[in-house]
Amino acid sequence: MIAELPAGLILVAAGIALPFLPRAARGTVAAVVPLLALAQLMWLGPGHVVQAQILGFDLTLVRTDRLSLAFGYVFTIAAFLNAVFSWRVREGIEPPAALIYAGTALGAIFAGDFLTLFVYWELSAIASAAVVWAGGTPRSYGAGMRYLAVQLASGMLLAAGAALHFADTGSLAFEYIGLGSAAGALFFLAFGIKAAFPLLHNWLQDAYPEASPTGTVVLSAFTTKLGIYALARGFPGEEMLVYIGATMAAFPIFYAVIENDLRRVLAYSLNNQLGFMVVGVGLGTELGLNGAVAHAFADILFKGLLFMSMGAVLLRAGTVKGSDLGGLYKSMPATAGLCIVGAASISAFPLFSGFVTKSMIMASAAQEGYLAVWLVLLFASAGVFHHAGIKIPFFAFFAHDSGIRCAEAPRHMLVAMALTAALCVSIGIFPQQFYALLPLPMEYLPYTASHVLSQMQLLVFSALAFSWLMRNGIYPPELHSVNLDFDWTTRRLAVRLVQGATAVIEMLLAALRELARGAGAAGAGALERLHGSEGVLARTWSTGGMTLWVAVLLAAYLLVYYLLYA
Amino acid sequence: MKHDDKRWLDEPGNVRKIYVGLWIFGLLLALGDLVIHRHAEAGLDGDFAFYALYGFVACVLLVLAAKVLRRIVMRPEDYYDR
Repeated sequence: MIAELPAGLILVAAGIALPFLPRAARGTVAAVVPLLALAQLMWLGPGHVVQAQILGFDLTLVRTDRLSLAFGYVFTIAAFLNAVFSWRVREGIEPPAALIYAGTALGAIFAGDFLTLFVYWELSAIASAAVVWAGGTPRSYGAGMRYLAVQLASGMLLAAGAALHFADTGSLAFEYIGLGSAAGALFFLAFGIKAAFPLLHNWLQDAYPEASPTGTVVLSAFTTKLGIYALARGFPGEEMLVYIGATMAAFPIFYAVIENDLRRVLAYSLNNQLGFMVVGVGLGTELGLNGAVAHAFADILFKGLLFMSMGAVLLRAGTVKGSDLGGLYKSMPATAGLCIVGAASISAFPLFSGFVTKSMIMASAAQEGYLAVWLVLLFASAGVFHHAGIKIPFFAFFAHDSGIRCAEAPRHMLVAMALTAALCVSIGIFPQQFYALLPLPMEYLPYTASHVLSQMQLLVFSALAFSWLMRNGIYPPELHSVNLDFDWTTRRLAVRLVQGATAVIEMLLAALRELARGAGAAGAGALERLHGSEGVLARTWSTGGMTLWVAVLLAAYLLVYYLLYA
Repeated sequence: MKHDDKRWLDEPGNVRKIYVGLWIFGLLLALGDLVIHRHAEAGLDGDFAFYALYGFVACVLLVLAAKVLRRIVMRPEDYYDR
């Protein structure tokens, strides 16, 4: 039975087969296979388990429940939309890598034990690094290497955690973990790297913007959401996550404001959205956990849409530097409009997806009494509208006219963006139907007059702040630049330290060599002086002198003996 | 491709109209607090125009802080390539 095959395997198989298919069929296969996988998941439903005994371990290759299915649905939908968006990319490593990446990420979502999870975790890391490398520039090569190193580090932590966990409990089943053990801490770090915790986050902003126009869209969907899923499975209600998440929601937006590469701005904003999800997981309430899952679902779509629109701009205008763009609405009106739908969704405008998903997390934080966290999240909500909702469309499509005149995005890209936009709006308009997909039963009404009014006030006044700062020349201009982030420690400080240490060691070695040479020469001279033909010890000594010296030695011996033992 | 395609938005006066319109809309929303009773989610958000003020102040502070941050972390574009 095909439907009994492990979820995601069909995508991996299609990815491997893709380069051997006729070029004309590749786009269709890449788009149809994710839909088959979606159909398979819907047919399976919750409660499906595939077990096997491999190497003496009882493994659960597939385990479907409402949590894994919600992520599974959106992963397959994203793989489909990505395939439509990159319809014309038929050569090179990217199309097969993208399918294998999506398939292995799906496999990880449905893995019921840590060993299976580890295998998919590593395979998806390698496949996604190939997507980064498909960017084809020296920068994407370097960023891909750094990206892979971090992802493999996450895998090693996961493997170490699994081994310790097995030693402690005798089980490999992937259930609630908690932070009570050393194994738990290792898992927490492994998942935290994927979810881009503060200080573990830079692989995201480093690598994603260096992939191809289509590759970045692929990357944005899976890896980070896999981290969120794993946290939701292993660490729901872990209070530390509330504070980690609040930090994540806040600090990237400062970078997003001053970043010039608009795809990197989106990477920072992705980090900020992950913060909301991490808070939701940390709260651990029905509303919080559901909110985290719902927001992950919605984010894959609206962030995908935003990355698609910037990919189309990169393809047509040749750059996504805010400093070089502007006025593109004249050339790419449809892309501009669809980008604004994505911007409205991430900013949580009423009738768009973010409004019905992010508010669940906010409401839960307030109900649980986390006032400071709630205020930080509210700040982050205003900030995300500021940097993703306004900055992205404004600097790309409006601002000052850069004089760039180009063609509208290709039709298949517009179709992919329109489908994604339609999903964003559908979630926003039919929240209850969407909530039915979520793992836990709950009651939440996003559309109250009070909520709509407060959210509109927040957004409109954020927009007013932007316009006011812009019109008064206070807003920092877009500049060609690199902004140092925590990865400076590995990309510059560590390199400099290694270079410095190498130089110091070389100096020391040279000094030692010098010293050894000097010592050798000095030693030879001393020997020559003492034992040479004219040396002191080579002379003939008188018997009387020798007797005197023996007497002195014996007296010294006696004295020492007396002092020590008397 | 022609470069002299003037649009409605290219007229500074029209941009000003949008700007003023946005202020009017925002003030109407703030006044909405008098009409619609907002049930406070976290306690202090029940105050008049809390969200409006918070949104405006948060964004201004965000940008001012980001400008300071830029002074510390901004480097030439080829910093890591050198």
